[in-house]
Amino acid sequence: MTCDLIVLGAGPAGANAALAASEAGLKVVLFDQQPEAGGQVWRAPSPGLAVPPSPEAESGGALRARLAASAVDRRFGRTVWSVGGRFRVDAVGPAGNETVEAPRLIAATGAHERVVPFPGWTLPGVIGLAAATVLLKSHRASPGRRVVVAGCGPLLAVVAAGILKEGGTVAAIADLSGPQDWLGALPALSTQPRLLARGAGWALKIGAARVPVLFRHGVRAAEGEEALARVRLAPVDAAGAFAAGAERVLEVDGLCVGHGLVPGAEVTRLFRVEQGFDRRRGGFVPRLDEDGRTSLHGLYACGDGAGLRGAMVAEAAGRLAGLAAAHDAGALDASAFQSAAATPRAALARAHAFSDAMADMMALRPAQVAAIPPDTVICRCEDVTRAEIEAAHGDGARDMNQLKHFTRCGMGPCQGRFCGDVAAELLAAKVGSREAVGTFTARPPLRPVALADLLGAFDYSDIPIPAPAPL
Amino acid sequence: MSAGTSGVGGDARPLVTILVDDVAVPARAGEMLTTALARNGLLRLRKSPRAGGARGAFCHMGVCQECALHVDGVLRQACLTPVREGLTVERRGVL
Repeated sequence: MTCDLIVLGAGPAGANAALAASEAGLKVVLFDQQPEAGGQVWRAPSPGLAVPPSPEAESGGALRARLAASAVDRRFGRTVWSVGGRFRVDAVGPAGNETVEAPRLIAATGAHERVVPFPGWTLPGVIGLAAATVLLKSHRASPGRRVVVAGCGPLLAVVAAGILKEGGTVAAIADLSGPQDWLGALPALSTQPRLLARGAGWALKIGAARVPVLFRHGVRAAEGEEALARVRLAPVDAAGAFAAGAERVLEVDGLCVGHGLVPGAEVTRLFRVEQGFDRRRGGFVPRLDEDGRTSLHGLYACGDGAGLRGAMVAEAAGRLAGLAAAHDAGALDASAFQSAAATPRAALARAHAFSDAMADMMALRPAQVAAIPPDTVICRCEDVTRAEIEAAHGDGARDMNQLKHFTRCGMGPCQGRFCGDVAAELLAAKVGSREAVGTFTARPPLRPVALADLLGAFDYSDIPIPAPAPL
Repeated sequence: MSAGTSGVGGDARPLVTILVDDVAVPARAGEMLTTALARNGLLRLRKSPRAGGARGAFCHMGVCQECALHVDGVLRQACLTPVREGLTVERRGVL
Protein backbone atom coordinates (compact mmCIF):
# COMPACT_ATOMS: atom_id res chain seq x y z
CA MET A 1 0.00 0.00 0.00
CA THR A 2 1.01 3.64 -0.30
CA CYS A 3 0.44 6.64 1.94
CA ASP A 4 1.72 10.21 2.36
CA LEU A 5 4.01 9.62 5.32
CA ILE A 6 5.51 6.65 7.17
CA VAL A 7 6.61 7.14 10.78
CA LEU A 8 8.91 4.60 12.42
CA GLY A 9 8.54 4.46 16.19
CA ALA A 10 5.48 5.29 18.33
CA GLY A 11 7.20 6.84 21.34
CA PRO A 12 6.73 10.49 22.36
CA ALA A 13 8.51 11.67 19.17
CA GLY A 14 7.03 9.37 16.54
CA ALA A 15 3.48 9.35 17.87
CA ASN A 16 3.38 13.15 18.04
CA ALA A 17 4.87 13.39 14.54
CA ALA A 18 2.22 11.02 13.21
CA LEU A 19 -0.60 12.90 14.97
CA ALA A 20 0.58 16.33 13.78
CA ALA A 21 0.88 15.19 10.17
CA SER A 22 -2.42 13.32 10.29
CA GLU A 23 -4.26 16.31 11.78
CA ALA A 24 -2.85 18.40 8.92
CA GLY A 25 -4.47 16.00 6.46
CA LEU A 26 -1.73 13.53 5.53
CA LYS A 27 -2.43 9.80 5.26
CA VAL A 28 0.01 8.41 7.86
CA VAL A 29 1.17 4.87 8.67
CA LEU A 30 2.85 4.48 12.07
CA PHE A 31 5.02 1.44 12.88
CA ASP A 32 6.26 0.16 16.22
CA GLN A 33 7.78 -3.09 17.43
CA GLN A 34 5.90 -3.02 20.73
CA PRO A 35 2.21 -3.96 20.95
CA GLU A 36 1.24 -0.43 22.06
CA ALA A 37 2.37 3.16 21.57
CA GLY A 38 4.34 5.04 24.23
CA GLY A 39 7.92 4.00 23.56
CA GLN A 40 9.97 3.09 26.60
CA VAL A 41 9.41 6.27 28.63
CA TRP A 42 5.62 6.21 28.32
CA ARG A 43 5.51 2.46 28.08
CA ALA A 44 2.08 0.86 28.06
CA PRO A 45 1.19 -1.53 30.88
CA SER A 46 0.77 -5.18 29.96
CA PRO A 47 -2.91 -5.86 29.08
CA GLY A 48 -4.98 -6.70 32.16
CA LEU A 49 -2.49 -5.21 34.61
CA ALA A 50 -3.40 -2.06 36.55
CA VAL A 51 -0.45 0.25 37.17
CA PRO A 52 -0.20 2.86 39.92
CA PRO A 53 -0.72 6.43 38.69
CA SER A 54 2.37 8.33 37.54
CA PRO A 55 3.02 11.23 35.15
CA GLU A 56 4.44 8.74 32.59
CA ALA A 57 1.41 6.48 32.81
CA GLU A 58 -0.82 9.54 32.40
CA SER A 59 1.11 10.94 29.41
CA GLY A 60 1.26 7.51 27.78
CA GLY A 61 -2.45 6.91 28.35
CA ALA A 62 -3.35 10.32 26.89
CA LEU A 63 -1.16 9.68 23.85
CA ARG A 64 -2.70 6.26 23.24
CA ALA A 65 -6.19 7.76 23.49
CA ARG A 66 -5.31 10.51 20.99
CA LEU A 67 -3.91 7.93 18.57
CA ALA A 68 -6.98 5.73 18.94
CA ALA A 69 -9.21 8.71 18.10
CA SER A 70 -7.06 9.74 15.12
CA ALA A 71 -6.93 8.66 11.48
CA VAL A 72 -3.35 7.37 11.89
CA ASP A 73 -2.98 3.82 10.53
CA ARG A 74 -1.34 2.06 13.48
CA ARG A 75 0.85 -0.97 12.74
CA PHE A 76 2.11 -2.13 16.13
CA GLY A 77 3.79 -5.40 17.02
CA ARG A 78 5.71 -5.05 13.73
CA THR A 79 9.44 -5.56 13.28
CA VAL A 80 10.70 -3.23 10.56
CA TRP A 81 13.51 -5.14 8.87
CA SER A 82 14.08 -3.14 5.71
CA VAL A 83 13.82 0.52 4.74
CA GLY A 84 14.79 1.49 1.23
CA GLY A 85 13.78 3.29 -1.90
CA ARG A 86 12.21 6.71 -1.51
CA PHE A 87 10.65 5.24 0.74
CA ARG A 88 9.66 1.61 1.13
CA VAL A 89 9.27 -0.06 4.51
CA ASP A 90 9.06 -3.83 5.00
CA ALA A 91 7.83 -5.08 8.34
CA VAL A 92 6.99 -8.47 9.78
CA GLY A 93 3.92 -8.70 12.00
CA PRO A 94 1.24 -11.14 13.04
CA ALA A 95 0.02 -11.44 9.44
CA GLY A 96 3.47 -11.96 7.94
CA ASN A 97 5.37 -9.40 5.90
CA GLU A 98 3.79 -6.12 4.86
CA THR A 99 5.13 -3.40 2.61
CA VAL A 100 4.22 0.28 2.77
CA GLU A 101 5.52 3.04 0.50
CA ALA A 102 5.44 6.81 0.93
CA PRO A 103 7.31 9.84 -0.44
CA ARG A 104 8.20 10.91 3.12
CA LEU A 105 9.57 9.03 6.14
CA ILE A 106 10.13 10.11 9.75
CA ALA A 107 12.63 8.04 11.75
CA ALA A 108 11.71 8.26 15.45
CA THR A 109 13.45 5.08 16.45
CA GLY A 110 14.51 5.97 20.01
CA ALA A 111 17.52 4.80 21.92
CA HIS A 112 18.88 1.71 23.59
CA GLU A 113 20.99 1.03 26.62
CA ARG A 114 24.68 1.72 26.93
CA VAL A 115 26.51 -0.47 29.43
CA VAL A 116 30.27 0.02 29.61
CA PRO A 117 31.41 -3.60 29.95
CA PHE A 118 32.86 -5.10 33.14
CA PRO A 119 33.64 -8.74 33.95
CA GLY A 120 30.39 -10.68 34.33
CA TRP A 121 28.07 -8.15 32.64
CA THR A 122 26.82 -10.98 30.40
CA LEU A 123 25.50 -13.09 33.33
CA PRO A 124 21.74 -13.76 33.55
CA GLY A 125 20.34 -11.40 36.20
CA VAL A 126 22.37 -8.43 34.95
CA ILE A 127 20.07 -6.12 32.98
CA GLY A 128 20.07 -2.53 31.83
CA LEU A 129 18.53 0.37 33.75
CA ALA A 130 16.16 1.03 30.85
CA ALA A 131 15.33 -2.69 30.79
CA ALA A 132 14.45 -2.44 34.48
CA THR A 133 12.05 0.43 33.76
CA VAL A 134 10.30 -1.80 31.21
CA LEU A 135 9.80 -4.53 33.83
CA LEU A 136 8.56 -2.03 36.38
CA LYS A 137 6.28 0.02 34.10
CA SER A 138 4.88 -2.73 31.91
CA HIS A 139 4.83 -5.71 34.22
CA ARG A 140 5.10 -4.44 37.80
CA ALA A 141 7.93 -6.94 38.16
CA SER A 142 11.00 -6.17 40.24
CA PRO A 143 14.26 -7.12 38.49
CA GLY A 144 15.19 -9.27 41.48
CA ARG A 145 14.55 -9.75 45.18
CA ARG A 146 17.77 -8.05 46.23
CA VAL A 147 19.25 -5.75 43.62
CA VAL A 148 22.20 -3.43 43.07
CA VAL A 149 21.38 -0.37 40.94
CA ALA A 150 24.49 1.08 39.30
CA GLY A 151 25.64 3.48 36.61
CA CYS A 152 24.81 7.13 36.09
CA GLY A 153 21.98 9.57 35.51
CA PRO A 154 18.39 9.93 36.70
CA LEU A 155 17.38 6.34 35.89
CA LEU A 156 19.28 5.20 38.99
CA ALA A 157 16.70 6.87 41.24
CA VAL A 158 13.76 5.90 39.01
CA VAL A 159 14.71 2.22 39.08
CA ALA A 160 15.66 2.08 42.76
CA ALA A 161 12.38 3.73 43.80
CA GLY A 162 10.46 1.39 41.47
CA ILE A 163 12.07 -1.72 42.97
CA LEU A 164 11.16 -0.55 46.48
CA LYS A 165 7.59 0.10 45.36
CA GLU A 166 7.25 -3.47 44.03
CA GLY A 167 8.55 -4.93 47.27
CA GLY A 168 12.17 -5.62 46.29
CA THR A 169 15.27 -4.70 48.28
CA VAL A 170 17.89 -2.32 46.91
CA ALA A 171 21.22 -3.51 48.33
CA ALA A 172 22.97 -0.33 47.15
CA ILE A 173 22.94 2.41 44.55
CA ALA A 174 26.36 2.94 42.97
CA ASP A 175 26.49 6.29 41.16
CA LEU A 176 29.49 7.19 38.99
CA SER A 177 28.69 10.82 39.69
CA GLY A 178 29.35 12.54 43.01
CA PRO A 179 27.04 14.82 45.01
CA GLN A 180 29.01 17.77 43.63
CA ASP A 181 28.10 16.71 40.06
CA TRP A 182 24.40 16.69 40.98
CA LEU A 183 24.74 20.05 42.73
CA GLY A 184 26.44 21.44 39.62
CA ALA A 185 23.50 20.27 37.51
CA LEU A 186 20.94 21.72 39.92
CA PRO A 187 20.48 25.15 38.27
CA ALA A 188 19.74 23.46 34.93
CA LEU A 189 17.50 20.84 36.57
CA SER A 190 15.53 23.51 38.40
CA THR A 191 14.39 24.92 35.03
CA GLN A 192 11.93 21.97 35.11
CA PRO A 193 10.53 22.24 38.65
CA ARG A 194 8.02 19.43 38.16
CA LEU A 195 10.74 16.96 37.20
CA LEU A 196 13.02 18.20 39.94
CA ALA A 197 10.22 17.63 42.45
CA ARG A 198 9.79 14.08 41.20
CA GLY A 199 13.53 13.50 41.60
CA ALA A 200 13.24 14.71 45.18
CA GLY A 201 10.35 12.28 45.70
CA TRP A 202 12.46 9.35 44.52
CA ALA A 203 15.34 10.46 46.75
CA LEU A 204 13.00 10.59 49.76
CA LYS A 205 11.70 7.09 49.06
CA ILE A 206 15.26 5.80 48.74
CA GLY A 207 16.30 7.61 51.92
CA ALA A 208 13.31 6.31 53.88
CA ALA A 209 14.24 2.74 52.91
CA ARG A 210 17.81 3.42 54.12
CA VAL A 211 19.30 2.31 50.81
CA PRO A 212 23.07 2.83 50.86
CA VAL A 213 23.94 5.38 48.15
CA LEU A 214 27.57 5.08 47.07
CA PHE A 215 28.58 8.17 45.11
CA ARG A 216 31.61 7.90 42.82
CA HIS A 217 31.38 4.11 42.73
CA GLY A 218 31.34 1.75 39.77
CA VAL A 219 30.87 -1.97 39.17
CA ARG A 220 34.20 -3.79 39.28
CA ALA A 221 32.65 -7.18 38.47
CA ALA A 222 29.50 -9.28 38.52
CA GLU A 223 30.02 -12.87 39.57
CA GLY A 224 28.10 -16.15 39.51
CA GLU A 225 27.91 -19.43 37.62
CA GLU A 226 24.61 -19.86 35.80
CA ALA A 227 23.24 -16.54 37.07
CA LEU A 228 24.31 -13.49 39.04
CA ALA A 229 25.25 -14.18 42.68
CA ARG A 230 27.27 -11.15 43.77
CA VAL A 231 28.45 -7.71 42.65
CA ARG A 232 31.78 -6.04 43.44
CA LEU A 233 31.64 -2.24 43.73
CA ALA A 234 34.70 0.00 43.91
CA PRO A 235 35.36 3.76 44.14
CA VAL A 236 35.98 5.72 40.94
CA ASP A 237 37.46 9.16 40.32
CA ALA A 238 35.68 12.09 38.70
CA ALA A 239 36.58 10.82 35.23
CA GLY A 240 35.15 7.34 35.83
CA ALA A 241 38.42 5.40 36.34
CA PHE A 242 38.73 3.10 39.36
CA ALA A 243 40.40 4.80 42.31
CA ALA A 244 41.96 3.71 45.58
CA GLY A 245 39.54 2.62 48.28
CA ALA A 246 37.76 -0.35 49.76
CA GLU A 247 35.82 -2.71 47.49
CA ARG A 248 32.32 -3.73 48.60
CA VAL A 249 30.94 -7.17 47.81
CA LEU A 250 27.16 -7.54 47.82
CA GLU A 251 25.24 -10.80 47.52
CA VAL A 252 22.34 -10.11 45.14
CA ASP A 253 20.17 -11.78 42.51
CA GLY A 254 19.80 -8.70 40.34
CA LEU A 255 22.02 -5.94 38.95
CA CYS A 256 20.49 -3.08 36.98
CA VAL A 257 23.25 -1.09 35.33
CA GLY A 258 23.36 1.60 32.68
CA HIS A 259 25.78 4.26 31.51
CA GLY A 260 23.48 6.37 29.41
CA LEU A 261 21.84 5.57 26.12
CA VAL A 262 22.88 5.20 22.49
CA PRO A 263 20.72 6.75 19.75
CA GLY A 264 19.13 4.16 17.47
CA ALA A 265 20.17 5.99 14.30
CA GLU A 266 20.38 2.97 11.98
CA VAL A 267 17.70 4.17 9.56
CA THR A 268 19.33 7.54 8.85
CA ARG A 269 22.72 5.77 8.68
CA LEU A 270 21.29 3.31 6.16
CA PHE A 271 20.46 6.22 3.86
CA ARG A 272 23.94 7.70 4.46
CA VAL A 273 22.61 11.13 5.34
CA GLU A 274 25.08 13.66 6.72
CA GLN A 275 25.91 12.84 10.32
CA GLY A 276 28.34 13.94 12.99
CA PHE A 277 29.80 12.65 16.24
CA ASP A 278 28.37 14.37 19.32
CA ARG A 279 29.39 12.90 22.67
CA ARG A 280 26.68 14.78 24.56
CA ARG A 281 24.00 13.39 22.22
CA GLY A 282 25.21 9.80 22.62
CA GLY A 283 27.36 9.23 19.54
CA PHE A 284 26.91 9.63 15.78
CA VAL A 285 23.68 11.46 15.01
CA PRO A 286 22.16 12.80 11.79
CA ARG A 287 22.60 16.50 11.04
CA LEU A 288 19.15 18.10 11.06
CA ASP A 289 17.67 21.47 10.22
CA GLU A 290 15.59 23.15 12.93
CA ASP A 291 12.43 21.26 11.89
CA GLY A 292 14.01 17.79 11.76
CA ARG A 293 14.86 17.45 8.06
CA THR A 294 17.94 15.32 7.28
CA SER A 295 20.20 15.98 4.31
CA LEU A 296 18.07 13.59 2.23
CA HIS A 297 14.88 15.07 0.74
CA GLY A 298 11.81 13.53 2.36
CA LEU A 299 13.65 11.93 5.28
CA TYR A 300 13.17 13.38 8.78
CA ALA A 301 14.41 12.34 12.21
CA CYS A 302 13.31 13.25 15.74
CA GLY A 303 13.44 12.00 19.30
CA ASP A 304 16.30 10.19 21.00
CA GLY A 305 17.20 8.32 17.80
CA ALA A 306 18.29 11.68 16.36
CA GLY A 307 20.41 12.52 19.45
CA LEU A 308 19.63 12.08 23.14
CA ARG A 309 17.49 14.86 24.58
CA GLY A 310 14.82 13.01 26.54
CA ALA A 311 11.06 12.64 26.34
CA MET A 312 10.09 16.31 26.73
CA VAL A 313 12.19 17.36 23.75
CA ALA A 314 11.11 14.27 21.82
CA GLU A 315 7.45 15.27 22.10
CA ALA A 316 8.08 18.75 20.70
CA ALA A 317 10.61 17.67 18.08
CA GLY A 318 8.22 14.98 16.90
CA ARG A 319 5.38 17.43 16.53
CA LEU A 320 7.67 19.79 14.61
CA ALA A 321 8.88 17.03 12.24
CA GLY A 322 5.28 15.97 11.57
CA LEU A 323 4.29 19.56 10.79
CA ALA A 324 7.35 19.97 8.55
CA ALA A 325 6.43 16.83 6.63
CA ALA A 326 2.87 18.12 6.20
CA HIS A 327 4.18 21.50 5.07
CA ASP A 328 6.62 19.91 2.60
CA ALA A 329 3.79 17.75 1.26
CA GLY A 330 1.70 20.84 0.58
CA ALA A 331 -0.90 20.14 3.28
CA LEU A 332 0.07 23.21 5.34
CA ASP A 333 0.90 26.57 3.78
CA ALA A 334 3.81 28.61 5.10
CA SER A 335 1.80 30.74 7.52
CA ALA A 336 -0.20 27.79 8.90
CA PHE A 337 3.06 25.92 9.40
CA GLN A 338 4.76 28.84 11.16
CA SER A 339 1.88 29.37 13.54
CA ALA A 340 1.52 25.64 14.32
CA ALA A 341 5.30 25.32 14.81
CA ALA A 342 5.51 28.15 17.35
CA THR A 343 4.37 26.05 20.33
CA PRO A 344 6.75 23.09 19.85
CA ARG A 345 9.63 25.47 19.05
CA ALA A 346 9.07 27.30 22.33
CA ALA A 347 8.90 23.97 24.19
CA LEU A 348 12.20 22.92 22.62
CA ALA A 349 13.88 26.14 23.73
CA ARG A 350 12.57 25.73 27.30
CA ALA A 351 13.75 22.13 27.60
CA HIS A 352 17.32 22.65 26.43
CA ALA A 353 19.10 23.42 29.71
CA PHE A 354 17.49 20.46 31.47
CA SER A 355 18.14 17.95 28.72
CA ASP A 356 21.73 19.11 28.27
CA ALA A 357 22.45 18.68 31.99
CA MET A 358 20.97 15.17 31.95
CA ALA A 359 22.80 14.26 28.74
CA ASP A 360 26.13 15.41 30.19
CA MET A 361 25.66 13.12 33.20
CA MET A 362 24.99 10.14 30.94
CA ALA A 363 27.64 10.77 28.26
CA LEU A 364 30.28 8.08 27.74
CA ARG A 365 33.27 8.57 30.07
CA PRO A 366 36.54 7.78 28.24
CA ALA A 367 38.40 6.93 31.48
CA GLN A 368 35.77 4.32 32.32
CA VAL A 369 36.29 2.68 28.93
CA ALA A 370 40.07 2.80 29.39
CA ALA A 371 39.68 0.87 32.68
CA ILE A 372 37.96 -2.18 31.09
CA PRO A 373 40.10 -5.31 31.80
CA PRO A 374 41.58 -6.93 28.65
CA ASP A 375 39.70 -10.25 28.85
CA THR A 376 36.27 -8.60 29.33
CA VAL A 377 33.68 -9.33 26.64
CA ILE A 378 32.77 -6.18 24.68
CA CYS A 379 30.60 -7.72 21.94
CA ARG A 380 28.04 -9.93 23.71
CA CYS A 381 26.77 -11.66 20.59
CA GLU A 382 30.15 -12.89 19.42
CA ASP A 383 32.09 -12.98 22.72
CA VAL A 384 34.74 -10.55 21.42
CA THR A 385 37.02 -9.23 24.17
CA ARG A 386 38.79 -5.91 24.57
CA ALA A 387 42.15 -7.66 23.99
CA GLU A 388 40.86 -9.04 20.67
CA ILE A 389 39.72 -5.59 19.55
CA GLU A 390 43.12 -4.14 20.35
CA ALA A 391 44.88 -7.08 18.67
CA ALA A 392 42.83 -6.32 15.55
CA HIS A 393 44.16 -2.77 15.63
CA GLY A 394 47.67 -4.24 15.88
CA ASP A 395 46.86 -6.31 12.78
CA GLY A 396 45.80 -3.21 10.84
CA ALA A 397 42.10 -2.59 11.57
CA ARG A 398 41.56 1.18 11.44
CA ASP A 399 37.81 1.65 11.21
CA MET A 400 34.69 -0.07 12.56
CA ASN A 401 33.97 -2.12 9.46
CA GLN A 402 37.55 -3.39 9.35
CA LEU A 403 37.22 -4.26 13.05
CA LYS A 404 34.07 -6.22 12.22
CA HIS A 405 35.87 -8.17 9.49
CA PHE A 406 38.88 -8.90 11.70
CA THR A 407 37.01 -10.00 14.85
CA ARG A 408 33.26 -10.49 14.13
CA CYS A 409 32.66 -7.67 16.66
CA GLY A 410 29.19 -6.27 15.88
CA MET A 411 28.34 -9.08 13.48
CA GLY A 412 25.92 -10.95 15.75
CA PRO A 413 22.15 -10.73 16.08
CA CYS A 414 22.07 -7.37 17.93
CA GLN A 415 23.99 -5.98 14.94
CA GLY A 416 26.46 -3.96 16.97
CA ARG A 417 23.85 -1.99 18.90
CA PHE A 418 25.28 -2.96 22.29
CA CYS A 419 29.01 -3.07 21.52
CA GLY A 420 29.34 -0.45 18.78
CA ASP A 421 29.79 2.63 20.93
CA VAL A 422 32.35 1.18 23.35
CA ALA A 423 34.19 -0.79 20.65
CA ALA A 424 34.50 2.45 18.65
CA GLU A 425 35.82 4.24 21.73
CA LEU A 426 38.46 1.52 22.26
CA LEU A 427 39.54 1.61 18.62
CA ALA A 428 39.47 5.42 18.57
CA ALA A 429 41.89 5.47 21.52
CA LYS A 430 44.39 3.73 19.22
CA VAL A 431 43.50 5.39 15.91
CA GLY A 432 43.02 8.96 17.14
CA SER A 433 39.34 9.94 16.94
CA ARG A 434 35.78 8.66 16.83
CA GLU A 435 35.32 10.44 13.49
CA ALA A 436 38.21 8.44 12.03
CA VAL A 437 36.88 5.02 13.12
CA GLY A 438 33.28 5.85 12.16
CA THR A 439 30.41 3.40 12.70
CA PHE A 440 29.38 -0.06 11.58
CA THR A 441 27.62 0.27 8.22
CA ALA A 442 23.86 -0.12 8.66
CA ARG A 443 22.27 -2.62 6.30
CA PRO A 444 19.12 -4.71 6.07
CA PRO A 445 17.82 -6.65 7.82
CA LEU A 446 17.66 -3.78 10.31
CA ARG A 447 16.53 -6.31 12.91
CA PRO A 448 16.58 -10.10 12.62
CA VAL A 449 13.35 -11.71 11.43
CA ALA A 450 12.51 -15.40 11.06
CA LEU A 451 12.65 -16.56 7.45
CA ALA A 452 9.42 -18.47 8.13
CA ASP A 453 7.71 -15.11 8.82
CA LEU A 454 8.74 -13.77 5.41
CA LEU A 455 7.85 -16.93 3.48
CA GLY A 456 4.61 -17.90 5.22
CA ALA A 457 3.21 -21.39 4.70
CA PHE A 458 5.09 -22.71 1.72
CA ASP A 459 5.85 -26.03 0.06
CA TYR A 460 7.91 -27.22 -2.89
CA SER A 461 4.73 -27.87 -4.83
CA ASP A 462 3.94 -24.14 -4.49
CA ILE A 463 6.93 -23.17 -6.63
CA PRO A 464 5.67 -22.25 -10.09
CA ILE A 465 7.72 -24.14 -12.68
CA PRO A 466 7.47 -22.70 -16.19
CA ALA A 467 6.94 -25.06 -19.10
CA PRO A 468 10.26 -26.07 -20.70
CA ALA A 469 11.25 -24.00 -23.73
CA PRO A 470 10.59 -25.79 -27.03
CA LEU A 471 13.78 -27.23 -28.53
CA MET B 1 14.72 -11.61 38.97
CA SER B 2 11.72 -13.21 40.58
CA ALA B 3 10.46 -10.89 43.27
CA GLY B 4 7.02 -11.93 44.49
CA THR B 5 5.12 -9.89 41.97
CA SER B 6 2.61 -12.44 40.74
CA GLY B 7 -0.70 -11.64 42.36
CA VAL B 8 0.08 -7.92 42.69
CA GLY B 9 -2.98 -5.78 43.19
CA GLY B 10 -4.67 -5.02 39.90
CA ASP B 11 -3.46 -8.13 38.09
CA ALA B 12 -6.67 -9.41 36.56
CA ARG B 13 -4.98 -11.70 34.06
CA PRO B 14 -5.87 -15.40 34.22
CA LEU B 15 -3.24 -17.92 35.26
CA VAL B 16 -2.21 -20.26 32.47
CA THR B 17 0.33 -23.03 32.06
CA ILE B 18 3.21 -22.96 29.61
CA LEU B 19 5.68 -25.76 28.87
CA VAL B 20 9.36 -24.87 29.26
CA ASP B 21 11.64 -27.71 28.16
CA ASP B 22 8.68 -30.06 28.80
CA VAL B 23 8.13 -28.77 32.36
CA ALA B 24 4.80 -27.09 33.23
CA VAL B 25 5.31 -23.52 34.44
CA PRO B 26 2.58 -21.13 35.66
CA ALA B 27 2.28 -17.72 33.99
CA ARG B 28 -0.12 -14.82 33.57
CA ALA B 29 -1.87 -14.65 30.20
CA GLY B 30 -0.64 -11.65 28.22
CA GLU B 31 2.55 -10.97 30.13
CA MET B 32 5.78 -11.14 28.16
CA LEU B 33 7.50 -14.52 28.14
CA THR B 34 10.74 -13.14 29.65
CA THR B 35 8.77 -11.84 32.65
CA ALA B 36 6.98 -15.17 33.11
CA LEU B 37 10.26 -17.09 32.96
CA ALA B 38 11.94 -14.73 35.43
CA ARG B 39 9.07 -15.00 37.91
CA ASN B 40 9.73 -18.73 37.92
CA GLY B 41 13.46 -18.27 38.50
CA LEU B 42 14.34 -19.22 34.92
CA LEU B 43 16.99 -16.60 34.24
CA ARG B 44 19.45 -18.59 32.14
CA LEU B 45 17.94 -18.77 28.66
CA ARG B 46 20.84 -19.82 26.45
CA LYS B 47 24.59 -20.11 26.04
CA SER B 48 26.71 -17.70 24.09
CA PRO B 49 27.79 -19.24 20.80
CA ARG B 50 31.55 -18.89 21.14
CA ALA B 51 32.55 -19.02 24.82
CA GLY B 52 29.48 -20.99 25.95
CA GLY B 53 28.70 -18.50 28.74
CA ALA B 54 25.30 -18.42 30.46
CA ARG B 55 23.00 -15.71 29.05
CA GLY B 56 19.60 -14.31 29.88
CA ALA B 57 17.30 -11.44 28.96
CA PHE B 58 19.22 -8.14 28.95
CA CYS B 59 17.37 -5.24 27.27
CA HIS B 60 13.70 -6.34 27.62
CA MET B 61 12.76 -4.11 24.67
CA GLY B 62 13.47 -6.17 21.59
CA VAL B 63 16.97 -4.96 20.74
CA CYS B 64 19.64 -7.27 22.19
CA GLN B 65 18.30 -10.66 20.99
CA GLU B 66 19.67 -12.40 24.10
CA CYS B 67 16.20 -13.82 24.86
CA ALA B 68 15.68 -15.51 21.47
CA LEU B 69 14.11 -18.91 22.23
CA HIS B 70 12.22 -21.57 20.34
CA VAL B 71 8.57 -20.76 20.97
CA ASP B 72 6.13 -23.28 19.46
CA GLY B 73 9.06 -24.38 17.31
CA VAL B 74 9.95 -20.94 15.88
CA LEU B 75 12.80 -18.70 17.03
CA ARG B 76 11.21 -15.74 18.84
CA GLN B 77 12.36 -12.91 21.08
CA ALA B 78 10.81 -13.86 24.41
CA CYS B 79 10.56 -10.20 25.50
CA LEU B 80 8.19 -9.54 22.56
CA THR B 81 6.16 -12.74 22.94
CA PRO B 82 2.98 -12.56 25.04
CA VAL B 83 2.16 -15.63 27.10
CA ARG B 84 -0.91 -17.75 26.32
CA GLU B 85 -2.13 -21.15 27.51
CA GLY B 86 -0.11 -24.06 26.20
CA LEU B 87 2.85 -22.10 24.78
CA THR B 88 5.83 -24.43 24.36
CA VAL B 89 9.29 -23.05 24.96
CA GLU B 90 12.63 -24.71 24.29
CA ARG B 91 15.85 -23.34 25.68
CA ARG B 92 18.13 -25.02 23.18
CA GLY B 93 20.93 -22.57 23.66
CA VAL B 94 21.08 -21.63 20.02
CA LEU B 95 20.51 -18.58 17.91
